[in-house]
Amino acid sequence: MPELLKQRKSLQFLLLIIIFALLCLIIPQSDNNWLWRLPPLLKELPGIINGSVDYLMFEWWPIEVYDAELDDYEQKPLVREFTRSVSSVILFMIELIREILLGGVKTIVAFTSWDWATENQWARWPALPWTVVTAGAALLGYSLGGIRLALLSGLSLIYIAVFGQWEPSMQTLSFVLIAAPVSILLGLTFGVWAYKSQVVENVLNPLLNIAQIMPHFCYLIPVMVFYGIGDHAGAIATIIFATPPMVRLTLLGLKKVAPEVVEAGLMNGCNNRQLLTRVLIPTARRDILIGVNQVIMQCLAMVVIASLIGAKGLGNELLIALNRLRIGLALEIGVCIVLIAIVLDRMSLAWANKQTDYFSSQSFTERHRNLLWFLAIFVVGVVLAYAGRFIFKDGFNYLYLIPHNKGISTAEFWQAGVDWIWDTFFYTLKGFNEWLITQVLIPVKNAYLSMPVVATFTLAMGTGFIVGGVRSALIVGGFLLFIALTEWWDRALITSYLVSVAVVISGTIGVIVGTLCAQKQSTSRFILTMCDTFQTFPSFIYLIPVMMLFGVTDTSVLIAIVVYSTIPATRYTVEGLRSVPASLHDAGTMAGVNRWQRLKSIELPISFPHMALGINQTVVFALSMVIIGALIGTDDLGQLILKSLSDREGVGNGLVLGFCVAFIGLAIDQILRTWANQRKQMLGMT
Amino acid sequence: MSSTTDSARTDAPVIQCESVYKIFGNNAKRLLKQANGMVDAAEFEKAGCIVGVNNASFEVYAGEILIIMGLSGSGKSTLLRCISRLTDATDGKVFIEGENIMSMRNRQLINLRRNKMGMVFQSFALLPHKTVVENIAFPLQVKGVSTKESMQQAREMIDLVSLTGRENYFPRELSGGQQQRVGIARSLAIRPDIWFLDEPFSALDPLIRKEMQDEFLRLQGVLGKTILFVTHDFDEALRLADRIAIMKDGVIEQLDTPANIVLNPATEYVRKFTEDVPREKVLKINSVMEPVDRNLALANATVKDTAVLEDVAELILNADNPLGVVDDNGSLIGMVRSSHIINVLFGARSDQSQA
Repeated sequence: MPELLKQRKSLQFLLLIIIFALLCLIIPQSDNNWLWRLPPLLKELPGIINGSVDYLMFEWWPIEVYDAELDDYEQKPLVREFTRSVSSVILFMIELIREILLGGVKTIVAFTSWDWATENQWARWPALPWTVVTAGAALLGYSLGGIRLALLSGLSLIYIAVFGQWEPSMQTLSFVLIAAPVSILLGLTFGVWAYKSQVVENVLNPLLNIAQIMPHFCYLIPVMVFYGIGDHAGAIATIIFATPPMVRLTLLGLKKVAPEVVEAGLMNGCNNRQLLTRVLIPTARRDILIGVNQVIMQCLAMVVIASLIGAKGLGNELLIALNRLRIGLALEIGVCIVLIAIVLDRMSLAWANKQTDYFSSQSFTERHRNLLWFLAIFVVGVVLAYAGRFIFKDGFNYLYLIPHNKGISTAEFWQAGVDWIWDTFFYTLKGFNEWLITQVLIPVKNAYLSMPVVATFTLAMGTGFIVGGVRSALIVGGFLLFIALTEWWDRALITSYLVSVAVVISGTIGVIVGTLCAQKQSTSRFILTMCDTFQTFPSFIYLIPVMMLFGVTDTSVLIAIVVYSTIPATRYTVEGLRSVPASLHDAGTMAGVNRWQRLKSIELPISFPHMALGINQTVVFALSMVIIGALIGTDDLGQLILKSLSDREGVGNGLVLGFCVAFIGLAIDQILRTWANQRKQMLGMT
Repeated sequence: MSSTTDSARTDAPVIQCESVYKIFGNNAKRLLKQANGMVDAAEFEKAGCIVGVNNASFEVYAGEILIIMGLSGSGKSTLLRCISRLTDATDGKVFIEGENIMSMRNRQLINLRRNKMGMVFQSFALLPHKTVVENIAFPLQVKGVSTKESMQQAREMIDLVSLTGRENYFPRELSGGQQQRVGIARSLAIRPDIWFLDEPFSALDPLIRKEMQDEFLRLQGVLGKTILFVTHDFDEALRLADRIAIMKDGVIEQLDTPANIVLNPATEYVRKFTEDVPREKVLKINSVMEPVDRNLALANATVKDTAVLEDVAELILNADNPLGVVDDNGSLIGMVRSSHIINVLFGARSDQSQA
């Protein structure tokens, strides 16, 4: 028996599950029993964090600061002065872009004073007429990527203007146009630094891992404490959130640059800077561009969440619309966010791929053709806007700025659609909803909650041990121990229950759909494009349609999670199956396999490791969506995080809760990744 | 190609290596000091070090093609990288035109590379985001040459390597041979005196390889660079080299002209390489000729001393009398006998097969 146990992992698992079941049965539920629930030894941790943050902000390292109003030096803490200056710089940059697009007075005030601006009412930026911005965007699109990109950007902006979302969209745009480049630069810097220094890489790696799984909300609370509330705080939270993937992809890309290319650069006489900017970064740019794309996506995903700490724009509008259950309006706003995301993404891509023509000799007008065109557009647009004053004498000047929510709206139509669905399918939907909640969700939830803590540890650490030995077991155990010692073990169990139900469903759907689509070149390309498109949508968007159907319930959250996290499961399945080498297919065919045998004994085993990584991503996606789901009402960790946002002492709670969520993800990540890597090594695929 | 059999050269070498060592491992320097120059690869390996280059010393003269030949893992590429200082040698000295490259500061090194050196890589190592012309102009632009000027010069290079018309292609749109032409053009763009080639043709198909070797000889005929060329292909080495250094386990086993290596292999390892070499294709008349014997009557025809045996064998074998050998000036410097030729071509080989 022991011999057999050593060899057969399935037997090991069976034994583990038997032990787990026994533990569940034996251990009684009682609050004093440590085997049932560990005592919350880390209860004080949030308080300690709060205390140290306070100390850091208000007492640590006082410096002398000159105060112009008092005409005297004053003692102020260094950290606060630092964060205040960062805030004001970022805020100024956002305002600058915002006022170029929408007009205003704040940038003028920044150089003078409010008093001066009030006295001199003429000193206002006029907004650029929306026609100029739209035509300018189309022109930019044309010069970067030809007629298709011009159409895309032009039509997108026309949509935004016509549907009356111009102002919030431009507010969002001004915020993204600051947050995205800063994230990209920071990401590049840290990525390059990590590439050059092993120490930096070792320090950054665990931080990046945690940052990737930390729920979005958790960034908000410390940012709020350090930087206050407003657009700048939203931008900073976004930057913190969007930088890690950029760092990771930069590092990945740089590591993939062939050593001979680096040597060629050196032999061509590059100094360090030239080697970096002209050889390394351009050669690694495929991955770096994926990073840029990620940054833009993350920025727009954060648009909604950043509005919780005062960022103006579409996110705020969307949140309000959702809270009022105005689904149609929310849908229109959602489309605006998606359009901005797509246009920015395509433009950055086209810009990076742009080529120069060295040989054609061009005249002045040819070289500055786009600039001249823009000047022409500018003049025409301004003239039109001026003429608009006389055409629309009584109402709004539609040729200048289309005021918020005064455009066309299809909201009524969607609302009617929702009403119709409600009227027609009320009993079906309600029935399904009730069935799901009472028959599936609540039993699973109760089952999770009735696990003794020791049994959970045995199961998790045992799985870790079987897959990756003592090291994995200890890592998984460490993550769980942290959660178990906080007060929120039960909440964490609820989070895990939602995530696991969702992962099982979306994993199944993803693997099946992926497998079906991977059978043909054309369908796999189609499904990959679909995945790309869906991934472009900020996760928030997924809540809109499900809320239309199921209202504010666990079902909505669950379905949103499932839809969102099916994307990686499908993508990785298709990629895994398509990466099976053609020679193996041929070998299989010559051995006389039929299609099913080929799938079963050739394709699936070889693509399993990659699919496991897909499931890993599914877990990450599901976790992030669960937390966002808190906005429409769940009773797990996410809800608590949301609460700590409005709490004065929220930093500690928020961070510890965030770590709990991140650690659930990291524990699963540890097991799946170790397994996939071992498997890949065994198959000789590394 | 000028003959460089002459060991007593008077001009200064362009590249000179003195006891170059390259040992990979954490405490390589200390171990090397303890070993006092006597490096034993097996012993070093026990200590966790890998010997890349073991006591390499040689010179390369102006206009010469020196080929470093060895199988994979023999340290040939490492040696080349020590000389170009892409890696730092563990010990020894490398002089480029009399200056020790090992003690150069970064700025000097960059200057040297920008003005004196060019290098071609096995995997072409082209920048994927740049077009053909941009790749070739790259070393010039790095140097600070204006865009217009660098494009002009890059175009000349494109003509030189016969890629005219493909200026605006990207590397991925070219075949392997064409990509390596770009690599060659790029390495020549700054008009370097010293040309390093690291297995430049190894990644190419046999037919293309032959074509590129011819191209290489044609270019060298025009340019006359000082060349250090690394290959694992013995035939390629014989075809192109003025002198060949054969490396094994980091040690240079023999450094000599192709003919001498084929005729007098210094070690058993070298002899194995030479076994299957068609000698008539490698040997030149001057390596098989004898001093003129006044007692023998010479045939009417003469052969040139630099002629390859294969080309003149028929002439020699058909003649009744020994043929006179003349140099470039037409003066008589030796003679060849058919019996001797047959002996050289086939004689030694049967000895070996019996052994």
